[in-house]
Amino acid sequence: MKKFWAWGALIFGLLYFILPLLGMTNFSLKMRRGVYSFDAYAVVLGDPRFQETFTYSILMALATIIFGVLLVVPTAYWVRLKLPGLRPYIEFITLLPLVIPAIVIVFGYIRLYNTSSWLPLTGSITGTNILLMFGYATLSLPYMYRSVDTGLRSIDIATLTEAAQSLGAGWTTILAKIILPNVLVAVLSGAFLTFAIVIGEFTMAALLNRPAFGPYMQLLGANRAYEPAALAVMSFALTWGCLGLIQLVSRFQKGAQSAA
Amino acid sequence: MSSDSSAATPQTRAPFRLPLHWLGAAPFAIFVLLFLIMPTMRIVIGAFQTPDGSFTLDNIRGLFTTSILSAYWISIKISIASALLGCLIGFSVAAAAVLGGLPKWIRGPLLTFSGVASNFAGVPLAFAFLATLGPVGLLTVFLKTQIGIDLRALGFNILSFWGLTVTYLFFQIPLMILIITPALDGLKREWREAAQILGATNTQYWRMVAFPILLPSFLGTLALLFANAFGAVATAIALTGSSLNIVPILLFAQIRGDVLGNPHLGYALAFGMIVVTGIANTIYIWLRARSERWLK
Repeated sequence: MKKFWAWGALIFGLLYFILPLLGMTNFSLKMRRGVYSFDAYAVVLGDPRFQETFTYSILMALATIIFGVLLVVPTAYWVRLKLPGLRPYIEFITLLPLVIPAIVIVFGYIRLYNTSSWLPLTGSITGTNILLMFGYATLSLPYMYRSVDTGLRSIDIATLTEAAQSLGAGWTTILAKIILPNVLVAVLSGAFLTFAIVIGEFTMAALLNRPAFGPYMQLLGANRAYEPAALAVMSFALTWGCLGLIQLVSRFQKGAQSAA
Repeated sequence: MSSDSSAATPQTRAPFRLPLHWLGAAPFAIFVLLFLIMPTMRIVIGAFQTPDGSFTLDNIRGLFTTSILSAYWISIKISIASALLGCLIGFSVAAAAVLGGLPKWIRGPLLTFSGVASNFAGVPLAFAFLATLGPVGLLTVFLKTQIGIDLRALGFNILSFWGLTVTYLFFQIPLMILIITPALDGLKREWREAAQILGATNTQYWRMVAFPILLPSFLGTLALLFANAFGAVATAIALTGSSLNIVPILLFAQIRGDVLGNPHLGYALAFGMIVVTGIANTIYIWLRARSERWLK
């Protein structure tokens, strides 16, 4: 009896997840009347706007990851080594982007960094790109910081630092050659999650008027029938790929907890 | 605050040094200040200002008009409905996998899939549901032609309250599974055995042992799911355009082009969102701290 209910709950849950995936896959293949075809995919992949926005989002994701690593790894390391009393506060701050909706944060950016402000980032295209990258870095902060901090917990950074210092290494050498390689797995899992977040992000890019992938998907969704479904399939595959890579990477890490 | 406990401090009085180790946290502090704290503070302060900068409560009062109140009310209702259903269904699935005697190998894939699905929010999710439950969606057509149930005639519309709720559930249920599974794992076998030895029935065990232990986790996750749904913008816009009057869509339109006729009413709208998600998250953090006493 217990097993019956358990299977029932599981199957209901699975149906709930599988049906929409099936629906969108099925729909994305039906562009040509009467037969299944990859026409919608061909149309999407051939659209120059798709290539432009997708490249833009990939470049933004890479920039966000590099910036995030440069910001988070030294900070998390330093806080663990020298300022352990700050840890709860930093952890609280890094969780704030989960509490404050992204739309509120970007609203603040627009008001704070507009053309007539003290730091007119939205005045130029480069400035807006940088602002958007900072926004993405803020959105990914909770994931990035947590995974790096967890990675640092598994190594003895005090001993490693002292050993390196007694051999004459400076801070840059210690961070680049000792700490970073040791937490690389954690950094990578944060990076893949950041990538998945940035690629699909809509609100910030739309409100800052940048030609990113998220707003393109929304625009296409408002104007076309079959292509959006093809985009959704590809987007899901991409998210799946990123999170699959996290699983794969964390398996290499000895005694690592499964990445959420 | 003693900063450096690992290094041995020399007994002789060290010459005064600038507290340079604080500088290590400076880049992070500056970044967070500029791109997280200050933008948020700007919104909060702006909510209490007139366009020329003097302080006022008019913007907050302006929230209490029929159209804005109804936007908040619909948003809150959708968030509550999708959080409640997400909690119940997610709990059932997680309980089935952990306690229901299902094969052990189901767990791994279930949690992995939950990890993916809980991140599959936003624009593509809306497309997936349009292709499934929309007017010519897979399930709509199947039910109509094969079984004879016309969802349209029953009043279901993907661009409505229930449509949005059903769509949100796609990321709410997996999030619940991810969070509640460790809590279910924390129910120790010994507690059940102890209860049985003392003569408790299965129902009594659940009512008097398991349920009270799980309750903080359950309610905490409910609050988290609520905040999660309340802040979701992209899914709602991609699904309904701007036809549904909910707070995130209203705020989006306001930022795009001052639809409310008063720029500072937008600040108040955003401030209201922070208050609502802030309360929900405070409840979550508080309850999580309580539940961790048992689940260590």
